[in-house]
Amino acid sequence: MRFLFKTDYEDDIRLFPHSGYIYSYGLLLAVLLIAPHVLSSYLMSQLVFVCIYATVGVGLLILTGFTGQASLGHAAFLAIGAYTAAYLQQFNVPFPVYFLAAGLLTGVVGALVGFPALRLQGIYLVIATISFAFIVEEILARWESVTRGNEGMRVKTIQLLGTTVSRDGPTFYYLCLAVLVLTIVGTLNLLRSPTGRAFVAIRDSETAARSMGINVALYKVKSFAISAAITGFAGVLFAHKLSFISPEMFTLQLSIEFIIVILIGGTFSLHGAVLGAIFLVMIDPFLTYLKDDMPGVIAGVAATLGAGTERAGHIQDAVAAFASANGLKGAIYGVIIVVFVLFEPLGLYGRWLKIKLFFQLFPLYKRATFKWQKIYVKSERNR
Amino acid sequence: MLDFVQQLVSGIALGCVYGLIALGFVLVYKATEVVNFAQGDLMMLGGFFAFTFIGMLGLNYWVGFAGAVICMALFGMLAERVVVRPILGYPQFSIIMATIGLGYFLRSVAGMIWGTDDFKIETPFSQGVLRIGSLVLAYDKLSVIAATIILCALLYLFFNRTTLGTAMRASSENMLAAYYMGIPVKRVVSIVWAISAAVATCAGVLLAPITFIHSNVGLVLGLKAFPAAVLGGFGSIPGAVVGGVLIGVIESMAGFYLPQGWKDVAPYIVLLAVLLLKPEGLFGLHVRKKV
Repeated sequence: MRFLFKTDYEDDIRLFPHSGYIYSYGLLLAVLLIAPHVLSSYLMSQLVFVCIYATVGVGLLILTGFTGQASLGHAAFLAIGAYTAAYLQQFNVPFPVYFLAAGLLTGVVGALVGFPALRLQGIYLVIATISFAFIVEEILARWESVTRGNEGMRVKTIQLLGTTVSRDGPTFYYLCLAVLVLTIVGTLNLLRSPTGRAFVAIRDSETAARSMGINVALYKVKSFAISAAITGFAGVLFAHKLSFISPEMFTLQLSIEFIIVILIGGTFSLHGAVLGAIFLVMIDPFLTYLKDDMPGVIAGVAATLGAGTERAGHIQDAVAAFASANGLKGAIYGVIIVVFVLFEPLGLYGRWLKIKLFFQLFPLYKRATFKWQKIYVKSERNR
Repeated sequence: MLDFVQQLVSGIALGCVYGLIALGFVLVYKATEVVNFAQGDLMMLGGFFAFTFIGMLGLNYWVGFAGAVICMALFGMLAERVVVRPILGYPQFSIIMATIGLGYFLRSVAGMIWGTDDFKIETPFSQGVLRIGSLVLAYDKLSVIAATIILCALLYLFFNRTTLGTAMRASSENMLAAYYMGIPVKRVVSIVWAISAAVATCAGVLLAPITFIHSNVGLVLGLKAFPAAVLGGFGSIPGAVVGGVLIGVIESMAGFYLPQGWKDVAPYIVLLAVLLLKPEGLFGLHVRKKV
C-alpha cells in the first residue's frame, strides 16, 4: 500500500495526489477520445447522454453533496438553460454566445432561488424546490410568445466556427465531453479553494461554520448559483441532443432522475456523478436487452434444467410479458433507489473505495470503517 | 353568490382529501421525523384495494371499505418494517429518497396489476344531490366532508384519551426518553404507520367517486398535500386538515376566478409564500434554536 506523506497545505490540496492518478486518468481520457471510432452509433448516443447527465450530476453535487442543500428542482434549471438556447437561436445568435448566456441566466435564477432558500432547511427546502420546479414548468407551458407553450420548440443544429455540428456526429460528443471535463476540473478547483471549503463547512455544521466567520447566506447563494449555472450549460447540450424541447420533458421525474444519479454514484465525491450517470443511462439498453433476449435465454435455461418444450414456451411467454410490462422502468427505478439507500448509502464510488481498502489492508479490513453513525435523539426539526 | 358557494363546497371537499393525505404525513413526521413522499401512493393503493373488493369481487361497500383499510394498515406496517426502520436515524435526505423510491415502486406495480385506466367505485351515496333553495350540493362531496370530520374526531380522542395515543405523543416528543420510560417505541412507530396508511386509504376511497382512481393519482394529489401540511405547520394534526381545506378552497377559487393555468400553480405559490413569511405555518410551534 502506498503512503502519501503530506508536509504542507500544498500537498494536501494537490489535484493529483500522486503520479498514478495522471496515468490512470490519462488512459481514461484516451479511451474516451477514441470511443467514437469504436462504438456503435446507439452507444455513442447513450455516451452523450452520460456526459450531459454527469454534468448535471456535478452541478447537483456542489449543492446537495458538498453544501448539504437538497434540491428536487434541477429539472427547472435544465429547462431554463435549454429554453434560453432555443429562444436566442431564433435570432441567429452564435453558439458560444447563447451557450454562455444560458449558463449566466440560469445562474442568476439559481441565485434568486437561493435567497428565499436561505431560511429553509431539510424537508422544507426539498418541498420549496419542488414547488419552484412546478411553477417553472407551468410558466413554460403558458408563456406562449416566448416558449410556444405545449407545442414545444425545435432546436437547430449547432453552427460552430463555420461548420455544422450534427447532434449524432463525433464532434458533438467531443463538445459534450469537453464541457464535462471542464466542469469537473473547474469544480475540483472550486472545492479546494476557500469557497469550496466553506461549502463543506456549511454542510457539516452550519453553526460551526458561522462561528468560524463564514458568511453562511452568501455561500449558500453562491452554491445555488454555481450549481444552477452548470445545470444550465448542460441544458443547452440537452436541447441540442434532443433537437426538440417541450415543457413536459422537464418534470419532477427528471429532477428525481438527477437525484438518482448522485445517490447511486455516491454523494461525497465527483466520481459519483459520473458513475451514477453511466448507471442511469445504461438502464435503457439493459431494459431493451431484457425485452429482446432475456425470454429466450431463460427458456433455454429452463429447457436444459429438464422442463418440457411446451413448459419452456410458457416460461418464455411469461418472461416476455413481464419484461414488456408498462411500468417496469418505474418499478426498477423504485427498487434501485430503495436498495441503494438501504444497503449502499455511499453509492457505487463508496463500494469501489471499500473494495480498494479491502485489498490494501487485506486481512485486517473492518466493515465498521464505512459505517454511518445513527442519530436518534435530535433532530432536524429543531434546528 | 351561488357560484361562490358551489365553488366553496367543492373546494372544501377537495381540500378535505388533501387534508387527509396531509394528516398521514403529519402523523408519521411527528412520530419519526420521516417525511413520507409515498403517502399519496398509499392513498392510490388503498383506492385500488377498495376497487378490487367492491368493484371486482362485488362485496358490500362498507365491507369492502373496511377490508381495504385493514389491508392497507398491514401494508403500512410492512412498508415501515422493510424500508424505513433500517435507516431511521440516518440523514433525512436518505429517508426522503427511500420513500420516493417506494412511491415509484408502488405506482409502477399498481399500473402493472390494475392497468392505467381510470376506475370508479360505486357508492351507496354517489348519485343523489342535496338541494337547499337553489343551491345544489352533491352527496359524494358532502360525504368526504362528513367523513373527514368523523376521522378527525376519532383521531383526536385516540391521541388524547387512550394510553396508546399518549405513548405515541411521548415518543414523538423524544424517542429516546420514551424508550427509557418503557414505551415500546418500535411497535408504536409501526402502529403510527398503520394509522397513517389507514387514513390515506379513507382518503382514497372517499376520493374515488369524485376524481377517478388511476395509478398516477397519488403523485398528483400527494404533492398537493405538501402545501397543505406546510400551511398548517408540519407537526400539527388540526393544522393539516385546516391547511388542506384552505388549499382546496384556494385551488377551487383560482380555477374559477383566475385565468387558466393558475389553478395548478396556486397551491405552490401559497406554499412558497408561507415558507418565506411564516415558515412555522399557521399552527406550528416556533421552536428556539439550540446549539
